[in-house]
Amino acid sequence: MREQKGILGNIDWVMVGMYTMLVFMGWLNIYSAVYNENHKSILDFSQSYGKQLIWIASSALLAVFIMAIDPKFFSQFAFGIYGFFLFMLLVVLVSGKTTYGSKSWFEIGGFGLQPSEFAKFATNLALAKFLSSNDIHIKEQKTKLYAILILLIPALLILLQNDTGSAIVFVVFILVLYREGLSGNILIFGLIIGVLFVLALLVNQFILSGIVLALALIFIFFIRKNRRGIITISVFLVLTIGFIFVVDYSFNHILQDHQRERINVLLGKEIDLKGAGYNVNQSKIAIGSGGFIGKGFLNGTQTKFNFVPEQSTDFIFCTVGEEWGFIGSLVVVGLMMGLLIRIIFVAERQRSPFSRIYGYGVASILFMHIMVNIGMALGLLPVIGIPLPFFSYGGSSLWSFTILLFIFIKQDSYRLNLL
Amino acid sequence: MKTTYNSRKYVVITIFLVVGFIFIARLFFLQIIDNSYVLSANKNALRFVTNYPARGLIYDRNNKLLVYNEAVYDLMVVPRQVKTFDTTELCNLVGITKEDLIFKLQKAREYSPYAASIFEKQISKENYGYLQEKLYKYNGFYVQSRTLRKYPLSIAGHALGYIGEVGNEVTDSYYKPGDYIGMSGLEKYYEPILRGKKGSKILMVDVFNREKGSFHNGIYDTVAIAGEALHSTLDADIQAYGELLMKNKIGSIVAIEPSSGEILSMVSSPTYDPNLLVGRVRGVNYNLLLKDPSKPLFDRALMAVYPPGSIFKIIQSLIALEEGVITERSAFPCDKSLLGCHNHPNATDLKSAIKMSCNPYFYQVFRRVIQHGLANDRFQDSELGLNLWNDKALSFGLGQRLNVDIPNLKKGRIPDALYYDKIYGHRGWAFSTIYSLSIGQGEMGIIPLQMANIAAIFANRGYYYTPHFVKSIGNNKTINPEFLKKNLTKVSDKYFQVVADAMYEVVNEPGGTASQARIDSIIVCGKTGTAQNPHGEDHSIFIAFAPRVNPKIAIAVYIENAGFGGVWAAPIASLIIEKYLTKRIKRKDLEERMLNAKLSSKH
Ligand SMILES: [Zn+2]
Repeated sequence: MREQKGILGNIDWVMVGMYTMLVFMGWLNIYSAVYNENHKSILDFSQSYGKQLIWIASSALLAVFIMAIDPKFFSQFAFGIYGFFLFMLLVVLVSGKTTYGSKSWFEIGGFGLQPSEFAKFATNLALAKFLSSNDIHIKEQKTKLYAILILLIPALLILLQNDTGSAIVFVVFILVLYREGLSGNILIFGLIIGVLFVLALLVNQFILSGIVLALALIFIFFIRKNRRGIITISVFLVLTIGFIFVVDYSFNHILQDHQRERINVLLGKEIDLKGAGYNVNQSKIAIGSGGFIGKGFLNGTQTKFNFVPEQSTDFIFCTVGEEWGFIGSLVVVGLMMGLLIRIIFVAERQRSPFSRIYGYGVASILFMHIMVNIGMALGLLPVIGIPLPFFSYGGSSLWSFTILLFIFIKQDSYRLNLL
Repeated sequence: MKTTYNSRKYVVITIFLVVGFIFIARLFFLQIIDNSYVLSANKNALRFVTNYPARGLIYDRNNKLLVYNEAVYDLMVVPRQVKTFDTTELCNLVGITKEDLIFKLQKAREYSPYAASIFEKQISKENYGYLQEKLYKYNGFYVQSRTLRKYPLSIAGHALGYIGEVGNEVTDSYYKPGDYIGMSGLEKYYEPILRGKKGSKILMVDVFNREKGSFHNGIYDTVAIAGEALHSTLDADIQAYGELLMKNKIGSIVAIEPSSGEILSMVSSPTYDPNLLVGRVRGVNYNLLLKDPSKPLFDRALMAVYPPGSIFKIIQSLIALEEGVITERSAFPCDKSLLGCHNHPNATDLKSAIKMSCNPYFYQVFRRVIQHGLANDRFQDSELGLNLWNDKALSFGLGQRLNVDIPNLKKGRIPDALYYDKIYGHRGWAFSTIYSLSIGQGEMGIIPLQMANIAAIFANRGYYYTPHFVKSIGNNKTINPEFLKKNLTKVSDKYFQVVADAMYEVVNEPGGTASQARIDSIIVCGKTGTAQNPHGEDHSIFIAFAPRVNPKIAIAVYIENAGFGGVWAAPIASLIIEKYLTKRIKRKDLEERMLNAKLSSKH
């Protein structure tokens, strides 16, 4: 207890401020997106914007509550919390409510709760706890295996709920593992896989295999004296061609029709502006028509007249783009990026590995959501329904992002108290 | 030590920033470089609606309404916005077959997938009522109200004209396909005044195509400005009466107020009810009228170039007097070897010759006009004489398109030397070739309006105002100054009186050819004509003005194939004069006989 500045003095107000701004801007945009002539008051609790205010207020309470808890609570009970939410994921599979084809909701008094949202911070806690334990070395196969299991179990349960979008988010923990010492090759490998995946969908698998084979033969020609090199390349060649065919097969036989359509639309293979491409097209129209300074608050015609479906949740960024223009979009993207970078810097100043790893997890989860959500609204990524952190309408997501972030802020505020 | 990896934060931050940069680049492209999204958003949410102004009303000279507007509704479609809908129900609501529906949608799509086009025209008020209740179910459809012309008195179809949809020939960008434009008559001539000015309105619509108010509170909207009313010179009463009298007769009546040139009535028979050429029935009726062998759409008053027959003798008289080749006391015997004539005493002076309409007399008169003795060669003499004659005849508003405020009227023809040179060669003709002109036959042709104008010239004793249909436009009482200009003939005023006196005698003295035009209370002055016609019986012609002093009406009646001018045309003209000046008809027997006469089958 060397620096008795009290809790408030050690709180990172930069993060709190950015959080507050994003939540407030999100609320205004939700108001605009579901604006209703008959319920003009932003405080009308029968409307989404009124309800969102309740979520905001309760999130504020949650934040205060978290700040009041003993910081050791989260590291001590990390696995317990993790276990609890895994259990909830199982329960929701059995008795949840089905919305938009996903069985992922509990309905409690008119409000829906989505355990998959909370599973993210729980998993983050568990991963941080596991990786920060003494005598854990990320290079060891056993450690890698456990870490992947921690991530895979909730991801699979969420996948079983038919909520692919939320499950995909767990991929992002690779960034955390990388920071903690996992080989950098994993990122390059991921990048290659990604490029190959897209190519496999765009180009006929036989032609693509032919090209890969030709490239491999050229390499082999140059290193023809190096036997080991030849073997390595040959193994890679077989794996690559196998991967191409697996992707092609899974795409055509395992993916569901709507998923296949979404990807086809994104790749430009299918132009169906009334079907799968409708949302994205309308979203691009909304954002594109905003121009430099936007159409002004409540003046977006795309927004106001419901041309973009799901606009208060998955497509909330359209409202920003249409009504606030390039300037407004820049501010939002800038704030989000600012928050991510701030979290990374704050994570790096932590003395406890648990806090640092947890911080990286927070930044990664937020990053994944931002990338997928805005990427989708801009027509860069397929339509995957996950919320934009702090912006999208919805209690579960706002609560879970609030909890996610404030646990980190709490940990950070105590960093000086640790030895 | 795990801390050795802390430089990896830069890799992670770089990944974040790369994504952020991609987003900003993409936003820059979508929002600033590519303008097409603004258009797409507008196509989505804005509907450009035309506010059609009410077309100007048309009144008669006594403020009786001749043309007004009635609201109808056009069902519009924006093909791009159409979503699947209950086709059977829509067919029933509009009253069309499914094939029609498919065809109409296809046509609209071909015109433009984004712009509105008319799906079904002129839906009646009651159908509109049903339709409007259900319209919310049909994305891409909406109703636009329009107006149709209505003619409460069902008269004056030819003068008023009709409106129709603009065709490809209209290049004025004011009009869009489907807009209405005046196609004939006053509707065409006064189109720029009657049409008013279209307004436009930008409405916002939501994803269900429901109207959501005006765009930017209507700052881009313009109001429609209603067309101005026309106060026409027509007198509804005598127009209706003339149409009635001309039933079962082929021909025309034109009546003019001599002191102003205002056209009181213009009848072309057979005529049609202008209400037939309105709305959904227009196409069918138009084709029926077009195929009718009696050509009801043909406006004989303006388009039929007739030989004037004996009525032209009054102009011959004036030209001869002006040229000094006769005096009012000149006498010529009725020498039937020169030209056929009816049996009558020899004319002892000009007046009696006009009264009895002696053909040989006017043969002599016209010979003196043509063979002036200006040249020794008789061919050259005729050429010089004819051109002098032509010059004076034209000054009576003949052989030229009068500047009447109506489209499409014929010039008629008053031949000159050049005309005959073309037929017979230079110096290939002389008086002996053209003598039929002396009695208003031969190569000359006059439209009924010009005949009425001749009557007006005699009523005025030497001048005319260009005949016109419109007294004033809108609330300001201004009149086209062109119509206030006196047009003088090239004959001195002093010669008119004697001919006008002769016209008095034609009607009012024993032996006159138009005794049937006599009215007890009104002194009518006129001249009959009976024009020979190679295709059948003679045309019956009469022109007149009344009263003798300070004339109020000048009239021409032309009835095809009806025989003597005095028998049919004169009494009909006098009935109209009586009606116009006394507002009632005393001569019921005459009226009865004229109304019942069926002359259109005679040949
Ligand atoms: Zn005679």
